[in-house]
Amino acid sequence: MNKILSSGIALLAAGVLSASAAQAETLRLLTWGGYAPENVVALFEAETGHTVEVTKSNNEEMVAKLRATNGGGFDLAQPSQDRIAGAQAEFDIYKPIDLSKIDASQFIPSMLEATKGNTMIGSDVYGVPHVWGTSGLVVNTAKAGQVKDYLDLCDASVAGKVSYRLKRPTLIGFAFSMGLDPFAAYNDEAAYKDILSQVEAKLIECKSNVKTYWGGGDEIKNLLRSGEVVAAMAWDTGGWSLNADDADITFVAPTAGALGWIDTFAMPKRGRADEAAYAWINFVMQPEIAAMITTAAGNFTASQGGDAGVDEALKARYQASFPQAAIDNIKWYPTVPANLETLEGAVLDRVNAAK
Amino acid sequence: MTQAQSRLGLYLLMTPLMLWLLLLIIVPHIGMFLVSISVKTGVRQYVTGLGNYMVFFTEPLYWNTFARTAFMSIAATFLTLVVGFPVAYYIAKLTRGRTKTTLFLMCLIPFWVSELVRTFGWMILLRETGIFSSFLQYIGVLSGPVEFLYNDAAIMIGLVYTSMLFMVVPLVTTLDSLDDSYIEAAYDLGGNGISILREIIIPHAMPGIVSGCIVVFMLSLGNYLTPILLGGKDSLWFTGLIYSQFITRFNWELGSAFGFLLLGLSSAIVWAGLKLSRQSLTDTVGR
Repeated sequence: MNKILSSGIALLAAGVLSASAAQAETLRLLTWGGYAPENVVALFEAETGHTVEVTKSNNEEMVAKLRATNGGGFDLAQPSQDRIAGAQAEFDIYKPIDLSKIDASQFIPSMLEATKGNTMIGSDVYGVPHVWGTSGLVVNTAKAGQVKDYLDLCDASVAGKVSYRLKRPTLIGFAFSMGLDPFAAYNDEAAYKDILSQVEAKLIECKSNVKTYWGGGDEIKNLLRSGEVVAAMAWDTGGWSLNADDADITFVAPTAGALGWIDTFAMPKRGRADEAAYAWINFVMQPEIAAMITTAAGNFTASQGGDAGVDEALKARYQASFPQAAIDNIKWYPTVPANLETLEGAVLDRVNAAK
Repeated sequence: MTQAQSRLGLYLLMTPLMLWLLLLIIVPHIGMFLVSISVKTGVRQYVTGLGNYMVFFTEPLYWNTFARTAFMSIAATFLTLVVGFPVAYYIAKLTRGRTKTTLFLMCLIPFWVSELVRTFGWMILLRETGIFSSFLQYIGVLSGPVEFLYNDAAIMIGLVYTSMLFMVVPLVTTLDSLDDSYIEAAYDLGGNGISILREIIIPHAMPGIVSGCIVVFMLSLGNYLTPILLGGKDSLWFTGLIYSQFITRFNWELGSAFGFLLLGLSSAIVWAGLKLSRQSLTDTVGR
């Protein structure tokens, strides 16, 4: 009897111990390369006791993964702010963010408000901002200094030495460069179709100029570094990291305007480690941690004061690419309506198939 | 009693296979079929119908892509056979003992690294600043850099290289079983190299040729990495279309329909190939 009792107590004690151990959660983070560098993860784990599992992805894959599991498998995701409301309306994969658990004072107020507005459905907010940047042109200025705008990629002088992605930013960038305003037509399907058909014709005409459509960030850096490609449509951070190796290559804000994006924090619907997720958001938004992420990812964050601790060389590159007029000219992506991407998909398929 | 026992043993032995087929093949396919027959009419609104299948037949782009994929796969299969047959013949008939094992192993070695790494290897060789281009400039054949990558020939090289082993192995097995005395007898009766190849060796190796061709054709048709990476902007492979429907367009309904069409059409092509070569599936794969 005594034996049974003592082993019962031992079991109970073990139960209590494991319960307290369960306080430390595993945060499964679905993010972009560079947004959760190892040094930041190590600091977070040491400070909070939570562990972090990082999965690197991109906008489309994030939605596809969360859709496949009905919003499970991850505790925190980082889609761009314009891609949240549409995906949520269509697939119901996120849960609203409890803003009381987030330290709003760590965010740049204008950016926080803009993201809240863009990711709001009813009165629920589905995203808060983390990292922002732009896409525009990365140009080898010694060999193709004349490339100043998206349409210049179709110029005969750079034939066969151009690359861009076959994705929606390319459609948007070309539309702006052709003097159209796709964002204004977002909610007018007929007008948007008209813009898309003009862009489609242009992209098919331009196809012979393209060396290849790039897929990943490393691929385009490789093409530019080897000199096989002299002008490309790509992210600002790619241009700046190449600039560190080769002073001729840099990011150029196109005359039609760079396209501005904000990557956010969003909570998958069936995520389990909410405490760890909120802890991670509040942790990485501290100015000194945000500076570490900027150093790793090459992009600035929405953290108030987070640009203070950033490497001077990166700041200099940023200022060279973005004079004040170019910053004012950034075209920030508005929320993508749910059915728009199907139209764009058909256009991209046809461009891909054209000879 | 013993009969009941042996039946129980049979069931137990069958269980892993049946579970495999049911859980990993049949159930997912039923799920995918249900997705493929739901047509989207609005946000979170679907009706049952064959609309997704109709898209394939009404939009020439998808139909053309499939035709191109099938044609290129058939060409790749034929090229693999042409390259693989002499290799298999040499290994099976002209070598003995340790040399034979060594040569066989050498066919296997490229498969010790992943397909992705092998494909990147070809990209390093073929790209504009790559090894071929630089070497040809060095020996003076070319005056400037030339891009060998991102065209159909590059896709073809990649496909043939990737599927070589799957052609050589069945060929070696069937050629091994051909008694050398038949070939000697044919020579004694006045045959020459070409007539012996036509009358003795190829008819004997036919089951191996057909099973190798089926495997290589299916692998090429279902290949994703090689055409996308080596083909670049002109790749346009049917599996690439399926991938983009699922992942970048969020259009699972159309992607599933494409998946079923690929399954059906590729089975039809294999069936037609078997009829043309007058072989049956039991003769070739079932050996």
